Amino acid sequence: MKLSSKDMLGIQDLPREEIDLILDTAASFREISERTIKKVPALRGKTVITLFFEASTRTRTSFEIAAKRLSADTINISASTSSVVKGETLIDTARNLESMNPDIIVIRHSAAGAAQILAGLLKQSIINAGDGAHEHPTQALLDMLTIREKKGRIEGLTVAIVGDIAHSRVARSNIYGLVKMGANVVICGPAMMIPRDIERMGVTVCYSMGDAIRNADVVMMLRMQLERQEKNLFPSLREYAQQFSLNRDNIRLAKEDVIVMHPGPVNRGVEIAPDIADGPSSVILEQVANGVAVRMALLYLLSGGTQ
Amino acid sequence: MKVVLKGGRIVDPSQGMDAVSDILIEDGKVSRIGKNIPPSKAESEKIIDLRGMVVAPGLVDMHVHLREPGFEYKETIRTGSEAAVAGGFTSIACMANTNPVNDNRSVTEFILKQARLGAVAHVFPVAALSRGQAGETLTEFGDLKSAGAVAFSDDGNPVVDSGTMRHALEYACSLDMPVLSHCEDRGLSSSGLMHEGFVSTELGLPGIPAVAEDIMVLRDIALARFTGTRVHIAHVSTAGAVQAVRDAKAAGVQVTAETAPHYFTLTDEALRGFSTNCKMYPPLRGAEDVEAIKEGLRDGTIDAIASDHAPHSSVEKDVEFAYAANGIIGLETSLSLSLKLVLDGILTLPQLIEKMSTNPARILRISKGSLGPGCDADITVIDIDKAWTVDAGTFCSKSRNCPFDGWDLIGKAVMTIVGGEVRYTDTGMPV
Repeated sequence: MKLSSKDMLGIQDLPREEIDLILDTAASFREISERTIKKVPALRGKTVITLFFEASTRTRTSFEIAAKRLSADTINISASTSSVVKGETLIDTARNLESMNPDIIVIRHSAAGAAQILAGLLKQSIINAGDGAHEHPTQALLDMLTIREKKGRIEGLTVAIVGDIAHSRVARSNIYGLVKMGANVVICGPAMMIPRDIERMGVTVCYSMGDAIRNADVVMMLRMQLERQEKNLFPSLREYAQQFSLNRDNIRLAKEDVIVMHPGPVNRGVEIAPDIADGPSSVILEQVANGVAVRMALLYLLSGGTQ
Repeated sequence: MKVVLKGGRIVDPSQGMDAVSDILIEDGKVSRIGKNIPPSKAESEKIIDLRGMVVAPGLVDMHVHLREPGFEYKETIRTGSEAAVAGGFTSIACMANTNPVNDNRSVTEFILKQARLGAVAHVFPVAALSRGQAGETLTEFGDLKSAGAVAFSDDGNPVVDSGTMRHALEYACSLDMPVLSHCEDRGLSSSGLMHEGFVSTELGLPGIPAVAEDIMVLRDIALARFTGTRVHIAHVSTAGAVQAVRDAKAAGVQVTAETAPHYFTLTDEALRGFSTNCKMYPPLRGAEDVEAIKEGLRDGTIDAIASDHAPHSSVEKDVEFAYAANGIIGLETSLSLSLKLVLDGILTLPQLIEKMSTNPARILRISKGSLGPGCDADITVIDIDKAWTVDAGTFCSKSRNCPFDGWDLIGKAVMTIVGGEVRYTDTGMPV
């Protein structure tokens, strides 16, 4: 089985069987990262460009490591070092990169739809590493891999996603994926951060932490995106932490074997108490490890590999 | 010079006329309308056979952006007027958001001079309501009127300060000049990129709520009611705005309203795929808004259809959605998209002509929109059955930012006559 699209732009249009394919492939790749010689020749001779117009440590590094473990050549471009600072348009940048004949371009951009522009324009495979508040598909895939691994399944689980849903591409991609895989998705956050009509995406909305995490199998805390906040969106971080942080008091409402997730970077003491982030329920670092496996799987499958 | 238009179906709402007849044009004016006007012996007489065609008073687009002065790479007064006649419009009113802004006599005179030198349609400048369209100091309404401006508007920007708007309404009304209001509460809309609803939620784009428009429409209506003045609401896009105008009219407030073809043709679903040619202000709204716009057109709440023709080049449009300029061109598709309302039984053909010619002329107080004896021979000939495919590449407009490229449409202007002169013919039409 192969992926049907040359690109990975989002989870919204990704069929359930292809999600399974990516997760199965990722699971089989995970042991590569545990070997002494952490390299296989699957992508030898392929070139992967990461084009990041937004700050990122985790995602960019994860893609680079994934590509290198498959023996691809990698080039990293970030906005501060590209000709964007000289006023070049995204389309011109992309066409110039295309002329150098890479195989896969990974793009992160603050504007929703940016990856789609490239996908429509270039023959190369485009991977969306986050476009505005739209989608972040590899994050959702690594989250689903982590859940599947810890719980043995996704279908039928209750997953609470808590935080600034309106500005979160992680929330959107996870909602698309988890609903598609049969989970019960509950979203929670301050009312002004819950976007309009989101129930139509197949989720339940609630406005208090207690309601959100009661009997949850998975609690996914979102980063309070301080850098994205419009003025007057929320009174204060103190208020936010009081109302919407996951802490040792409210986590008791969840199922005993709840797992706690966070896409990072964590604002300790804002959306999550440090002892919970570091505690036995936390799978935050396993998410990061699975990120490499999922991105390896995706690079491999988009390069024409089959399971 | 005499011209006889033979055998067309003359639809002139200003005279309550819908009949097959001939029109005699003499010296650029409508001389008379009658059955079987006999050919004269004059050598200079031209006879145009229009059997099977609809003959209407020249269409008036009361809301276009011609970009000159300042943005001639997007459009000029000449190319914009060429797009107008190609779309069946003989008169266009151009908004003031040029560079420099049309907020003083010299810019108004410049626009009129450029129109005299190169335009193929009548051009009516709309002057800015406030200096620099900054919403603070009123422009010199009297001087601008005498220079040739036909209305005042800060279109593109809302007049945020209610006191400024009140004074503008009062002063303009005392001069018998219309105020065209761009209704937008920036406190609600300023961070938005598209209509706020399920689609914006799925796309992760910040929303522009319908209520941002509704609030300002309600404010302007309240001001018009309080001061006893007239106000015209530009580019109505929401169900709430339609209802507000409907209620105000019922209560006797002097309010008129226009909408644009895209607001009854497309919904926010068109934004999926992030096409920047679907980005404009106000944004494409939800399906229930589109239905309300159609109902507002049907029941007479909305008086006029105007294209809000807003040319932008690839420099502004071939970019990330968030960075793209607002606006689409419309002059060359407006009539055909609007004829769909007739096909769908929402408007009769005379009602459509009223909203695209008679009413906008009446709102702007310009002597257009009629084929009465002595009127300028501004005439639009429409083949309401003609099937054609939109090809933006062939447009007269300098810009290509059209979301309808490739659409199959029915009905089209096939001949446009301005002041008795044939200024446009579709291929195959006799001249």
